[in-house]
Amino acid sequence: MNFVPKMNRRSFVVGTAAVGGGLALGFDLPLGPKAAHAADAPEIGAWVVIKPDDTVVVRIVRSEMGQGTLTGLAQLVAEELECDWSKVTTEYPTPGQSVARKRIWGAFSTGGSRGIRESHEYVRKGGAAARMMLIRAAANEWKVEPGQCKAAASVITGPAGQRTTYGKVAEAAAKLEVPTDIKLKDPKDWKIAGKPLKRLDTKDKTTGTTVYGIDVKVAGMLNASIKQCPVFGGKVKSFDAAKVAGMPGVKKVVQVGDNAMAVVADTFWHAKTALDALPIVWDTVGNEKHNSASIAKFLETGLDPEQPAFIGNQNGDVKGAIKAAAKTVEAVYSYPYQNHAPMEPMNATALYTADKCEVWCGTQDGEAALAATISASGLPAAKCEVYKVMLGGGFGRRGRVDYVTQAVNIAKQMPGTPVKMLWTREEDMQHCFYHPITMAKMVGAFDKDNNLTGLHMRISGQSILATVFPARMDNGKDPVTFQGLNPSGETAFGYSVPNLLIDHAMRNPHVPAGFWRGVNVNHNAIYVECFMDELAHSIGVDALEFRRKLMTKHPKNLAVLEAVAKKIGWGEKKPAGHFLGLSHMMAFGSYVAGAAEISVVGDKIKVHKLIGATDPGQAVNPAQIERQVAGSFVYGLSALFYGECTVKDGYIEQTNFDTYPSLRIAEMPPVESICMPSGHAVWGGVGEPTILVAAPAVMNAYFQATGKRIRSFPLKNHKLQIA
Amino acid sequence: MIHLTINGKGVDIDVDPSTPLLWAIRENVGLTGTKYGCGIAQCGACTVHIDGAATRSCSFPVSAAVGKQITTIEGLAQNGVLTKVQQAWIEHDVPQCGYCQSGMIMAVTELLKSKPKPTDADIDNAITNICRCGTFQQVRAAIHAAANA
Repeated sequence: MNFVPKMNRRSFVVGTAAVGGGLALGFDLPLGPKAAHAADAPEIGAWVVIKPDDTVVVRIVRSEMGQGTLTGLAQLVAEELECDWSKVTTEYPTPGQSVARKRIWGAFSTGGSRGIRESHEYVRKGGAAARMMLIRAAANEWKVEPGQCKAAASVITGPAGQRTTYGKVAEAAAKLEVPTDIKLKDPKDWKIAGKPLKRLDTKDKTTGTTVYGIDVKVAGMLNASIKQCPVFGGKVKSFDAAKVAGMPGVKKVVQVGDNAMAVVADTFWHAKTALDALPIVWDTVGNEKHNSASIAKFLETGLDPEQPAFIGNQNGDVKGAIKAAAKTVEAVYSYPYQNHAPMEPMNATALYTADKCEVWCGTQDGEAALAATISASGLPAAKCEVYKVMLGGGFGRRGRVDYVTQAVNIAKQMPGTPVKMLWTREEDMQHCFYHPITMAKMVGAFDKDNNLTGLHMRISGQSILATVFPARMDNGKDPVTFQGLNPSGETAFGYSVPNLLIDHAMRNPHVPAGFWRGVNVNHNAIYVECFMDELAHSIGVDALEFRRKLMTKHPKNLAVLEAVAKKIGWGEKKPAGHFLGLSHMMAFGSYVAGAAEISVVGDKIKVHKLIGATDPGQAVNPAQIERQVAGSFVYGLSALFYGECTVKDGYIEQTNFDTYPSLRIAEMPPVESICMPSGHAVWGGVGEPTILVAAPAVMNAYFQATGKRIRSFPLKNHKLQIA
Repeated sequence: MIHLTINGKGVDIDVDPSTPLLWAIRENVGLTGTKYGCGIAQCGACTVHIDGAATRSCSFPVSAAVGKQITTIEGLAQNGVLTKVQQAWIEHDVPQCGYCQSGMIMAVTELLKSKPKPTDADIDNAITNICRCGTFQQVRAAIHAAANA
């Protein structure tokens, strides 16, 4: 019997409807009874749809992957809209609609902690514009001036006691011109934004009804399992499809691009079973000669200060300072490849016909997914569409769209049949865009009075942009390398040293690198913050006191550092065997600091407490910020203790969570979060920054406890465990 | 044909007896709340109850589930009323991406059945599911809240 996938009756419905003068595509997702179906309700400006029953549908284009952006962005729109929060729902406009409407909603890209920090102004204006239109519609009806009317909680009141609701005037409001002269509220007057509100997407996540990419069902859909050449850069040399053609459920064996094979079958399990049996010969193009040791050697060559390097931050004459120093301190650190390992492996569903190509997927960048669809299908933009669904984690991995290209490539070989392509965990582990591998040589120079006169930080290692966005490089230099180390801006270095040089000798192994939650601050913070402790220790000065002297021109960095130091009880008497460590850095526009309290028994490190402070400028949802801080520490500690992908014969050795472990609840330390927004004009992100403080704070405490300085990671390689 | 009892209902599916229960549930029965995370019983995203015992369905052949009561995340709520664990999850705003939470909730539900008032140590021993978003602090708080509800 041929298996026919069981269809969910609430299947995807794609239609068109003229709404508010613009084109809106209705995308009917099975999100349950509360789901927003906005296509038949009036659109008030681009960001808000209001239904007759007063339901407010806020359009969100950034992707929800757990970080809470759906809720945070909706709070900002609702704040200016003056609507009833209990009636707020959200929907994703599609990338295709964005093209049709000339990117009216701005960028879809969801990474770099920029969801709120880069779109807060225009989404708030979208909410405010809708409020003004609704008020004007009511005023027109009452024949009064809009200035005589007030709006609160979705109710508009007029000068003579008139009263109406948003739902009642929405139809009329939708016909009005969208205002452009908009004054936003002062955050101190916020009632919805800035409050620790509950997330909007929780209930469905507790009942199993949320639809992730892996759950997408399209009528008549088949399933595909894919295997890429294990060695990066390698290609398919030959395969023997006849060997698996008769296996249960198998429909077709297809080559995907030049580097992968897939089996399409009725079910994923049949596809995977057949793929496992498919004989494939790979051409590993010489990359099989690379391994972790050869990559380490390659990076070591870049530590030589005489090797050419791109300069990220420089003042004074560091060579002169080192030459003239009464004392120098040196250390070499290194940081490994790591996989994002989101819980949901990569997947996408595609339906190709000669006339249209549609893709359903979780993606951190709907526009990039659409571009991949256009490119892989060969169809014009107007004939392509991407429908975003919930992401089972992203952490930067789903900002890449390799899996979208593959799904379309497979679907194109099965015209008219929707195909869902799902990676196995093994495929996911071995085909990531990995946290880049780097080393750093740190040299500090002191004068005879123990003043730090010079600091040279030479980074050697991989550029992310060289893999993923070579066009964004600056004459060969990768500016992203210097996150947290720049002279100024949203990732500025938090210390003043009279003679400073931070430079990068680029060494790009064959393993692809990518943006990984926290990106380059993860290792940069370890290098800088652990070395600062080394410098302090070398002259017998308290680690906090040493930093304070170098931070007089960096009051916001110092404020978060002082906050965690105070909270952890720095300088106070601690229980016997307990030791403290500190760290801080600026990242993604936020100032962050961490403090750890640990004890060490044998090879076990017990983290008694981990404190994170963050100053994002404005805090849109303090409860969700607290959760991001705690979650980022789990991610950061998993990386510190376990995270390493090693290379053997050109491929990644780790294949699953047994060889690439992740922190579990028993290992989770109590986390305290300090949210201290200081109101700076540029809002900072919260999804990533605090991840960077976890590792150096714990390692600095470990040195206090043991006198041992560990400079390579993860700690499992030093036989250290988290207790 | 293999006959299963899932969430109190009988269902006949045409699968090889060696098919992992996870894929039978997701693809042949069509209940997708149970998630695939690793396929080797490491992460717990696929946790279901088999005769009340929390079981990682990715490494459990469908043939071994015949004649047993299988409960998935979709079968917890009765007549639309969420269980106290699900309610505690909502009250404590536990999920982030949410992908691991079906399995987490199934594991916790069994824990509270066997140990109605678990200590932190009990939680550490029983709940070994992986959550890459790192919701553990909220998970722990919600478990205690559900135990005291």
